[in-house]
Amino acid sequence: MTIGVFGTSVKRTEDPALIRGQGLFVDDIKRDNEAAAAFVRSPFAHAKITSIDKSAAEALPGVQAVYTADDVRSLGPLLAQVPIGKLRPLLADGVVKHVGEAVAMVVADNAATARDGADAVFVDYDPLKVVVDPEYAATNEALVHDDLESNIIHTWEEGDAEAVQALADREDTVVTSVKMVNQRLIPTAIEPRGVLAEWQHGYDRVTLHSTTQQPHAVAGALALTFGLPGVSSARVIAPEVGGGFGRGLNVYAEEMLAVFASRELGRPVRWIETRSEASKSTTHGRGWAATATIVSEPDGNFLAYSLVGVADMGAYSQNFSVAIPVLGQFTMPGQYKWDAIYWKMDCVHTHTPTVDAYRGAGRPETSFYVERAVDTAARDLGMDPIELRKKNFFQPEDFPAATLIGMSMDSGDYGGNLDVLVEKADIAGLRAMQETARAEGRYFGVGIATFVEACGLAPSGFADAGVSWAGYGLPSAFNESAVVRVHPDASVTVVTGTGPTGQGHETVWSQIASDRLGIPMERITVVHGDTKDTPMGIGTGGSRSAAVGGVAVAIAADRTKEKAAKVAAHLLEASEEDIVFADNGAHVAGSPDKNVPWTDIAATAYQPHKMPEGMEAGLDMTAFFDPSNLTWPYGSHVAVVEVDPETGDVELLKYVAVDDCGNIINPMIVGGQLHGGITQGIGQALLEAAVFDDEGTLITSTLTDYPIPTATDVPSFDLHKTTTPTDANPLGVKGIGEAGTIVSTPTIVNAVVDALSPLGIKHIEMPLRPRRVWEAMQEARA
Amino acid sequence: MQVSMTVNGGEVSGDVEARTLLVHFIRENLHLTGTHVGCESGYCGACTVILDSKPVKSCSMLAVQAEGSSITTIEGLASNGELHPVQEGFWERHGLQCGFCTPGMIMSSVALLEENDNPSEAEIRHSIEGNLCRCTGYHNIVKAVEYAGAKVRGEEPPPPDWEEGS
Ligand code: FES
Ligand code: FES
Repeated sequence: MTIGVFGTSVKRTEDPALIRGQGLFVDDIKRDNEAAAAFVRSPFAHAKITSIDKSAAEALPGVQAVYTADDVRSLGPLLAQVPIGKLRPLLADGVVKHVGEAVAMVVADNAATARDGADAVFVDYDPLKVVVDPEYAATNEALVHDDLESNIIHTWEEGDAEAVQALADREDTVVTSVKMVNQRLIPTAIEPRGVLAEWQHGYDRVTLHSTTQQPHAVAGALALTFGLPGVSSARVIAPEVGGGFGRGLNVYAEEMLAVFASRELGRPVRWIETRSEASKSTTHGRGWAATATIVSEPDGNFLAYSLVGVADMGAYSQNFSVAIPVLGQFTMPGQYKWDAIYWKMDCVHTHTPTVDAYRGAGRPETSFYVERAVDTAARDLGMDPIELRKKNFFQPEDFPAATLIGMSMDSGDYGGNLDVLVEKADIAGLRAMQETARAEGRYFGVGIATFVEACGLAPSGFADAGVSWAGYGLPSAFNESAVVRVHPDASVTVVTGTGPTGQGHETVWSQIASDRLGIPMERITVVHGDTKDTPMGIGTGGSRSAAVGGVAVAIAADRTKEKAAKVAAHLLEASEEDIVFADNGAHVAGSPDKNVPWTDIAATAYQPHKMPEGMEAGLDMTAFFDPSNLTWPYGSHVAVVEVDPETGDVELLKYVAVDDCGNIINPMIVGGQLHGGITQGIGQALLEAAVFDDEGTLITSTLTDYPIPTATDVPSFDLHKTTTPTDANPLGVKGIGEAGTIVSTPTIVNAVVDALSPLGIKHIEMPLRPRRVWEAMQEARA
Repeated sequence: MQVSMTVNGGEVSGDVEARTLLVHFIRENLHLTGTHVGCESGYCGACTVILDSKPVKSCSMLAVQAEGSSITTIEGLASNGELHPVQEGFWERHGLQCGFCTPGMIMSSVALLEENDNPSEAEIRHSIEGNLCRCTGYHNIVKAVEYAGAKVRGEEPPPPDWEEGS
């Protein structure tokens, strides 16, 4: 019997099926008479479609249908939650705007035949001028969409540019300015995206299995797109999903198109993307070019900070698109106190696949800029990067800390957290090693970065800023729901609106419910990812699940317990205030032998004649939690690297992290989130980049050209923590899903630049692959 | 074309096209969906099975090439409901998150321990280099294999490295 307790590493309840190969992912769920879809995709980044010949494909045995824009135009474009900019047509309509854009859909009796059919569709294109570089796009010399006046579809701006400039112009200030690219990435979850669509004729209802992180949004989009009576006619199920990282925080054309085909053909339709499709038809992340400027006094006192640049949105806006940079805006000032701040980010269309959420979404970008700029300022000022940070951090007594960007950060002791890192990583010892290494002519680097992130989206007021689910016909803000249902046999179902893709919500939510109710975890089942069961769910993203969804579970459990206490008091002939729940039952406070098992309480609660007079049967409570603020996790990381002077190869020798995510429910799972997050950030720093040639062709569309970290690219990690609970929610939890990804990227780059600083190198653009590092060394030596 | 082989200890046969990949034969004909497809190009390792004692990527060979061979998939690892030590290690040491890479990762680790039941961290990392995981950062996979190695050797596994407490 496991009573889930806060702060214990309960083993995951998800695992027994997954380690036996019994977990059911989309492609493992089979239906009788199912058909398979495949897509004809554009090889051009911008071209007119002059003709589509589908006759050869249609003639292939086993091909059921070939659809083009003519068939689906009436369904409208793909809906978006933040519909700013050009929305994506479900199938390209006369013109293609990025390589990989879907031009036609072939449906056949099986996947191999569908792919043969797609190969047999002949499309003629007339290539047009291509805009690939977001900075060039911002000049508007060539338009991405000729029916839009500008490639700049939105500009985020905040702060006071003149005040920053005035401080920069002062003679006694030091100005540090770095222009840097935060390159475009491909999420690369290991499970390809996939759907299984089942239109139920006669009922005009649809069931869609999809690799999504937000089933409700997809259901809303289906209801609107297909003119269903309402969202209740669309059931969306996210079964086991093999990784999210933001790529599932979207609504995709293939989801709509598979449903369309299922409706037309009266058969279930499956589509599973291929890996090279995944690189072009699934959303990308990051893609910023910006200049970060710090103005300081000669003693290192920070005065002003500005970040100005462009963010690539790709050819079409999807779910969040222009809203991603504003998540970065929240944390743009970092952990530092400034007298003046300025931020401006132009969101631009280019002839490339859509850019949207990717683990961290906006916050890794702004954290990268500020942390790289702070390290550069330390060098300009001749100061130790740790001392410089500590001198300018918000101090514990400043919290709640108001930032010039209009946020109020909940709690923190940034200096104390960094002190723990200094001690645990033995920074002094590392600096001594560095001195020895340098004396031997070796390039040994110690890189530090610190961060604060904005998690737990969001207080419902954020919906007034344009981020609500209304774009899918579901007026709803970013709160999260939970149902806790104690059955007549005292087993429990917890229903959550979160959409896990490996984060262990089944375990942690049952831990929370068990902790509250005193019912063993073995008797608790968590249901997620099915719109049929959930009152309304926003899903998983932005490290919000524990801080919003987990809290909703706690509140729903408390409400259930409150009613159960009345029943228990009745059975024990005690007063309800004296009822304590523990050990799978309830007892009277102070008299553990006056007790009643949960099975008796639950059984009674479903038999009104045995219950207190006038009480309604049932033990089933719903909660919606609306947090009072975002949560602000933070931390300090250090990486130790050595750069090969001959080849430019970066070896990552050691990585130490001290994170503060508030109270911790399951330390094992928090550690796992950090390991994976840190590794993903290392991927950006050292390996990954989505690269297009001048024609807009993605030249990194396979896993060979787009290498993600393997087991030999990373070391084991040394993790530590500090604990500063938040008051934004009653559990005091802040969120940990993105922390590692946010800070490890600047940590690694700071380390490599530190290693190469004897050569006078101040910055190298990511990814720091050997060739690029070697070239920078050659240039510096020349 | 007819193919026959031994899978998880049982004789199986089926009718396939010449171009049918082994992974599709396993998933579609045998309904053993624990073997996953992540790239179909030999890179991610999600499709790893053990074929005649060696780990192979079952997307990188044709079903007909496996004629007469003996294959173990993730479904064949536990015996009489008892988890294999590697499966146990992955559960005990949080070696999986989404679980999609996990069957392939487990099969590669089983093959490693069959050759060397006391691998160093570097040897473990090297042997799973062909299995991509986007979730775990590999840290706990290494710990899971160390745990399993100790079990195979009949030793007490090293304790977990996480710190308890909220
Ligand atoms: S599916 Fe076989 S290696 Fe990726
Ligand atoms: S656990 Fe998700 S890819 Fe490895």
